[in-house]
Amino acid sequence: MSQDGVNNSRRLLLLGSTAAVGAVGAGFVAVPFLASWNPSEKAKAAGAPAKVDISKLEPGAMLTAEWRGKPVFIVRRTQEVLGMLEGLTDRLKDPANGNKAQQPAYADNLQRSREPELLVLLGVCTHLGCAPKFYAEVKPEPFDADWKGGFFCPCHGSRFDMSGRVFNGSPAGDNLLVPPYTLDGNTLVIGIDEETA
Amino acid sequence: MKKVIALFALMASSLSFAAGGGVHLDEHKTDLGDTASLQRGAQTFMNYCMGCHSLEHGRYNRVAKDLDIPEELMQENLNFAGKRFGDLMSIAMRTEDSKKWFGATPPDLTLVTRVRGGDGDWLYTYLRSFYEDKSRPYGVNNAAFKDVGMPHVLADLQGLQKLGCAPVSTGHDSLTGKEIMVDSCGLAEPKEVLYLAEEGQLTPKEYDTLVYDLVNFLVYMSEPIALERQRLGLWVLLFLFIFLIPVYLLNKEYWKDIH
Amino acid sequence: MSKQKNPIMGWIDDRLPVTVTYEKHMSKYYAPKNFNFWYFFGVLSMIMLVNQILTGIWLTMNFTPSADAAFASVEYIMRDVEWGWLLRYMHSTGATFFFIAIYLHMMRALLYGSYQKPRELIWLFGMGIYLALMAEAFMGYVLPWGQMSYWGAQVIISLFGAIPVIGDDLTTWIRGDFLISGATLNRFFALHVIAVPLVIVALVVLHLLALHEVGSNNPDGVDIKKHKDENGVPLDGVPFHPFYTVHDMVGIVVFLIVFCSVMFFFPMGGGFMLEYANFEPANGLKTPAHIAPVWYFGAFYTILRAIPDKLLGVIAMGAAIAILFVLPWLDKSPVKSIRYKGIISKTLIPVFGIAFAILTWLGTQPSDGDFLGMINNTTLARWLTAFYFGYFLLMPFYTRMEKTKPVPERVTGGH
Repeated sequence: MSQDGVNNSRRLLLLGSTAAVGAVGAGFVAVPFLASWNPSEKAKAAGAPAKVDISKLEPGAMLTAEWRGKPVFIVRRTQEVLGMLEGLTDRLKDPANGNKAQQPAYADNLQRSREPELLVLLGVCTHLGCAPKFYAEVKPEPFDADWKGGFFCPCHGSRFDMSGRVFNGSPAGDNLLVPPYTLDGNTLVIGIDEETA
Repeated sequence: MKKVIALFALMASSLSFAAGGGVHLDEHKTDLGDTASLQRGAQTFMNYCMGCHSLEHGRYNRVAKDLDIPEELMQENLNFAGKRFGDLMSIAMRTEDSKKWFGATPPDLTLVTRVRGGDGDWLYTYLRSFYEDKSRPYGVNNAAFKDVGMPHVLADLQGLQKLGCAPVSTGHDSLTGKEIMVDSCGLAEPKEVLYLAEEGQLTPKEYDTLVYDLVNFLVYMSEPIALERQRLGLWVLLFLFIFLIPVYLLNKEYWKDIH
Repeated sequence: MSKQKNPIMGWIDDRLPVTVTYEKHMSKYYAPKNFNFWYFFGVLSMIMLVNQILTGIWLTMNFTPSADAAFASVEYIMRDVEWGWLLRYMHSTGATFFFIAIYLHMMRALLYGSYQKPRELIWLFGMGIYLALMAEAFMGYVLPWGQMSYWGAQVIISLFGAIPVIGDDLTTWIRGDFLISGATLNRFFALHVIAVPLVIVALVVLHLLALHEVGSNNPDGVDIKKHKDENGVPLDGVPFHPFYTVHDMVGIVVFLIVFCSVMFFFPMGGGFMLEYANFEPANGLKTPAHIAPVWYFGAFYTILRAIPDKLLGVIAMGAAIAILFVLPWLDKSPVKSIRYKGIISKTLIPVFGIAFAILTWLGTQPSDGDFLGMINNTTLARWLTAFYFGYFLLMPFYTRMEKTKPVPERVTGGH
């Protein structure tokens, strides 16, 4: 195999261009394989905005809706409950919504909601993902002698107030997440708002 | 009486695969790029077919997206079941019920054109081949699907065809250019043909267009990606031909000294 | 071993023979320089194997192997999974092109006597691959759980029922039920995605190891190792890499152009690749009017149908495959390549190729039809079946009798 007469620069050019075009082709081929791991239309349909009729939700009561397979807590708070929120500041980890990721801008307020009474929270504990339980009554509870109503996570004892804000001494570090939502009369649409639409 | 109907329908369904062979099929010149036609077809399907036939592998939002139908329009005017926008286009009729009513479950039609030869020809012919037959439970039979267990749902639109002797065209007069009409039973090979005995709401031409659109839509349903597939295919082939150039030259370069 | 310039490679080579292996199989594997286009189909089969394995793995991610959900999950892949349609078409079209490549690869062996001594084992491993591939394709076709999946499985499994005494029990055992059911589907799924692919890959490795041990044959059928230069390099050989890697690339790209033309524009293959009836969910109470296997089983299906007796038909079909295994011992010719064989072989080999193609075609057609309007399909099938067996069974005689041409010392034609 004599190497005489081998035009090395031409060879290199052709090798380079073959490799380059081939690499582009391999990139194209990879697309379907990688993209097929995205949520399918079925998953997207299941994760579509959830419509909830809240006309029958009494003051002080909670109903649980499902959005993307997770529970969403919807509570119509009483004026009495709303009045107590201010006084809890000293006992909370993040009373002023310091972590902006935990609520949309329109819920960045004391009530953490669009309308003061209506609380919408993702029912997933920010500690390890359990579903907190709703303890609405203001009375001493085994886990808190001075309980003002809120959510208690049975898994590891995280406590949240009636705005979903986490109490000091809880393993959870963040307030409960407020999902994007819009209100149209008595229809609550979870999963869609002016930003995500 | 109901039991008799059910029995007939059952016999019909068991014959369903024997049907279709040997029947002359009219060509359906499918055009998946004709969005307006697909939209009309979707509308016809939702209004006339979806009472009994589902499209259970397809989703409302996909059809809306592919056919340029706005979400509100789709949900208000075409989604009669009141399903969510992202839901499959299944129907509420339960298999047991339909078995009781029709003797057989009306089949899902998502893939009907693929089942029937991969194109729209059979369906286009079938939907235009119902004719009066008093011996059948629904009073109609079908020339493309003998003893089919389905009523002629579009009869109000098409009118009623009969099978018998009727004038057929044998060509054009070479002098006057007029069509020469001969009775089909007087031909060298006498045959019975379908002719319109009672007019419907649509003219034959309008009815053909309606069926054309409906079939167009069902061809689309059988493979919603078809247009995109062909579009992408051209790009892939273009890429491969470009790739062939350096590959070919590289091979030539290496082999030029081998004798 | 050559001197290592790269210390990392040296470190690895002391522990794992990477460089030696690379040289043995690529850069110092000397292949005859006179390969023609028939020699593309080995590497093309390999490409299709990789395609089937990759797309197959991805399809399992969304396929549901149960009688209730399999059909819908295939349509789910076709519609709801992003790019799922392409993965599925790559797999379904890939099966057809895998068999095209394999059949042409086998035809090449027939033309140039690549199965003859000392390459008998290569041929046997290859036949093993072919057999495993048929099982793989058959079980894969059952998975979409359409009408043809169901009734195809019904027909093929019933063939085992022809075996005397144990036949009925055997079919029940294969199905895992008294009819084709979810149990059958699940075991076929397991075999299709794990067991048979493992066997195929292992056989491919053995096929290649055996090939590289004795070296590649060529269109002249001469042994290039007889004439070496002072370094022990065959005078008529070129290193596989880079010469045949760049050469094969051309074949691969051209093959991909054909493959993509079919996949993107005729994914159903006119009903030969994806059969129309298979777009209707499996229904055990309703038999399709015309049950036809996918085209690549056509030839053997025709032989089965040509014999008007169930047991004898099954035996004939089995024998048609089995006889291919002993081909190396049927060919008694002193020369390998068709180029130097006598007039009988020269005529019969191409005729055999055509006969096999017609047998394949007949397998997809109703047995009561006519071939090109000339001859009844069943009559033709019987003649061709007789020819098929005659070709092999008479081979020991005509290859010995016929007058061969002298084989040149060195390869001819060059590249």
